[in-house]
Parts: sequence; C-alpha cells; structure tokens
Amino acid sequence: MSLFMELSCQHIHKAFQTQNGTIIALEDVTFRTKEKEFLCIVGPSGCGKTTLLKLIAGLLKPNSGEMIFHGEVSDHRSRTALVFQEHGLFPWMTVLDNVAFGLEIRGIRKKERHELAQTFVQKVGLSSFSHNYPHELSVGMRQRVGIARAFIADAPILLMDEPFGSIDAQTKRFLQEELLRLWKDHQKLILYVTHDIEEAVILADRILVMTGHPGRIREQISIPFSRPRDLYTRKSADLTEIKWHIWKILEDEVQKGLWIPD
Amino acid sequence: MAHLEDPRGRSAKRLMDTRLKDRPHLFLFHSEKWFAMGIVIAGLMAWEGGVRLGKISSLFFPAPSVILLTSIQLIMNGKLTTHLGITLWRVFLGFFLGGISGLILGLAMGWSRSLRMIVDPLIAAAHPVPKIAILPLIMILFGIGESSKIVVIAVATFFPMLINTVAGVRQIHPIHFEVAQNYGAGLNKILTRVIVPGSLPFVLTGARLALNMALLLAIAVELVSAQEGLGAMIWLAWQTLRTEELYVSLFVTAGLGVVFNFFLQRITLHLVPWQTEQRI
Repeated sequence: MSLFMELSCQHIHKAFQTQNGTIIALEDVTFRTKEKEFLCIVGPSGCGKTTLLKLIAGLLKPNSGEMIFHGEVSDHRSRTALVFQEHGLFPWMTVLDNVAFGLEIRGIRKKERHELAQTFVQKVGLSSFSHNYPHELSVGMRQRVGIARAFIADAPILLMDEPFGSIDAQTKRFLQEELLRLWKDHQKLILYVTHDIEEAVILADRILVMTGHPGRIREQISIPFSRPRDLYTRKSADLTEIKWHIWKILEDEVQKGLWIPD
Repeated sequence: MAHLEDPRGRSAKRLMDTRLKDRPHLFLFHSEKWFAMGIVIAGLMAWEGGVRLGKISSLFFPAPSVILLTSIQLIMNGKLTTHLGITLWRVFLGFFLGGISGLILGLAMGWSRSLRMIVDPLIAAAHPVPKIAILPLIMILFGIGESSKIVVIAVATFFPMLINTVAGVRQIHPIHFEVAQNYGAGLNKILTRVIVPGSLPFVLTGARLALNMALLLAIAVELVSAQEGLGAMIWLAWQTLRTEELYVSLFVTAGLGVVFNFFLQRITLHLVPWQTEQRI
C-alpha cells in the first residue's frame, strides 16, 4: 500500500522558447492539495493545464518555483502516474502487458505481474480482452486500460490529462462513475485536467479554475456535494449554479475567442 | 465490481475473428489472383505452341518445356544448386553484416539528435551513389576475392536499413517516451519496450528493401566479377549462347526475389501483430 501524499505548488513559473519568442505557459501558480483529494483543473485550451501536469510528473522542469511533495513513497515506485487523453497506451503491447507496465519497470516477475494485472483488468470490466491489442478496442475501453495501468502502479498521485475528452457522452458517464469507485477503493490524490465544466463539478472535491496567456489560477472552488454522487447530483440546482459561476469566470476568455473546445 | 460490457456491444471473440479474417491467407488466393495465374499459364502455353509451330526462334526463346527439362538436369548434376547456394550465401552474409550495422546505427541516430546532425550529411552524400560503382574501389581495399563482393552487398543493404530504422524511431509518439519515463523506466527498458517495438514495423520494411538490394547487388557483382553464383551463370550462359540455361538462371533469380518478399511479409505479420491494418 502506498502512503498518502500531498502536494504543494509554490509560485510555479514555466516559459517555453519558440521561434516567435517566449511564451509564458504558467505564471505564479500556487496551490496546495489535501490528501486523497479529487482536484479538477479546468480552463480553456492553451492555459497550461497539461504543462502543469507534466511539471508535477517530473517530465518538465519549472523555470522557478517549487513543488513540494509531503510524504514518502515506499520502494521504487514513482510518486505520480499519468493518464493521457489518447496515444497513452503502447500499441505493441497487449492489454495485460500495458496494465502491467509499471510493475514490469519495478522488476516484478512476469507471472506475478500478470496475475495482479488481470485483477485490475477485471476491475475495469475488460477481462475478456486481456490479450487484445489497443487498436482492437474502442476509445472508451482503451481509456479504461490506461486507468487500470495508472492504478496498478500504486503511485500516491494520479495525474489525468483529459482522459475522457474524446469519448461520447454516455460512455463518459460510465467511465466517470468507474473512476470514482476506483478512487474510493484506492484512496489516491487525483489531479484531473478537463475543459468540461460539468465533468469537473461532478468529479471534484475542489476545482482550480485557470485562465490562459499566461496560465494562472483564477479561483479555487470547493464542491459541496456529498458522495457517492449520482444522477440527482447531476440534476441539482447547485450544480447549475456552480457551472454558471465557472462560466462567468471564463467569460472573458470566451469573448477573446480563445475558448476552443476540441 | 460490475462487469461492464462495451457500449458498442462488441465481444472479444468477435474482435479476434475480425483479426484473423483480416490476415491474408497462405494458400487461399482471391479470385483476382487466380485470374493473374491464368494469364501466366496462357502466356506460357502460347509460347510453347509458338516454338513448336516454328513461329518463334527456339534459339533465342527455347520452349518452356525445354527450360523446365534443363532446370531439372541442372539440379540433378548439381550445377544449379551450387550456383544458387553461393549466391544465397553472399546475399545472406552481406545482408546480415550491412543490416545489423544499419540497424544499430539507425537506433542510435533515431535516439540521439546530435549523432543525427553529425551523420546525416554523410549519409545524404553516400546514399545516392550506385553501389556497384564502388566495386573497383572496394577491390582495391579488400582484394579481388570473396570479401570485396560481400562488402559491396553489405554497403548496399546498410542504407535502406539505416534510413528506415531512423525514421522508425523518429515516428514513435513522444507520449510513449513520457509514459515510460513517468513509470520510472531506465534507458534499458526504454530501448527494449519502446524504441525497438515502436520502430519494428519500419525496421522490417527496411529489412525487406535491404534484402532486395542484397540480391540485386549479389547478381550485379557476380555478373562483373565472379566465376560462380547465379549472376555468373547468367553471364556464362549468355556468352556460350546456351539460352535455356540463361532462362533457368533468370527464373531462379526472379523466384528468389519473390520468396524473400514472401517470407519477410510472413515474418512481419508474425512480429507485428498490433498492425493488422498493414495489408501487404
């Protein structure tokens, strides 16, 4: 069992050099998570959400500022596990090998890691597909594989970059509920990037609303709904009110024509 | 936990079925292929008939039946098999040496930007040179014996292998490297689990081009400077005007190319099961 971990980001700055000069992706981003929190990050395209996740994952280095992880990770596990929107799975590995990848890196023997992976594949309802390759699955199924792979790695922090962004609305609802169930069972800190405001409100304990150019955190909103959340949560007047509130924050960006839903 | 069916209602079984169905079969030809074979057979029959009726010169175009008999004769007396064996040996040795070096350098160049920057101009300059043209130079360096022939073949196979391997590594989606890195993979695991499998489809295409190149160069080298091998056999048959032997060696050479391609396609399907859409 992994230990719980908290994260605090302090005055993170990140800029990229391009041919047209410097682009400031993130400016003075500061926030602190609670342990086992479900934190959603919403904002328009290009506001640096993905960059923020990559910084936390250690794939990029900030120009200045600090990320402090509170808590220790047992043995050689990584602190974070990433779930991408698409292309995240290795096309050359079967579902089982994809899920077991984190265990393979940790040097766990094939038989053991396949057994454990099989239970996680079952948890996301794909047990009859464990020997299929990703291209043989629907987009929704692939995303479930990606999620199983992240959970099995047992990193205390899960970073999810619009994982359900390209999935149809009905499947998305199933997947959201499945994710919440896994999150409850495995007690992880989740940082979940999305541009779907309703999704953020349904999933999150707290939402960070970001604006772009340069990317900064405009507001932090706590979501008061009790868990487990269900259809009635989706219907409630409070939800509409919070959604409306976030829309108002982002309205400037919309008018600037920067809101490009993909 | 509830077992959720995929909303599209597809089962694993059905997916497996489509996967098998998508693969080309070994012996079951489509009707188009039967048609193509029919054309070949009709052509051969017309040829045979033409010779027998005296409409076609049997000196320049000996009848297919004569060619067939000659080839059986050449197999029985061991001549054909000896020449074929020597050519195959040259092709495989050259392919192996050139292919392995192209593969290793290709993986390294795909991975390292600076190595690519250094080596790319050299490759761009050397690649377009027709490789048979450097045979005299190679002979100065390696002597007129067997090794210079192998070296020329190896040089020719090196380039397609290298270029395809570099392209294969470069087209791997950056996310795959990020995922591997995020899960803590070291260079070793990145190489064996990302770079090699990710570039494999391109590498195998490179291998196919390289093997064709090896055969081409083996025949060319044997035409100009060998006493043995299919190329030498072609040349000798031409000089002595034994046209039936000329045709036998030509057909065997053509057959080799077909067989090489066929086996590499099989190997590709076997090694790259995640790319069923790659119909060859």
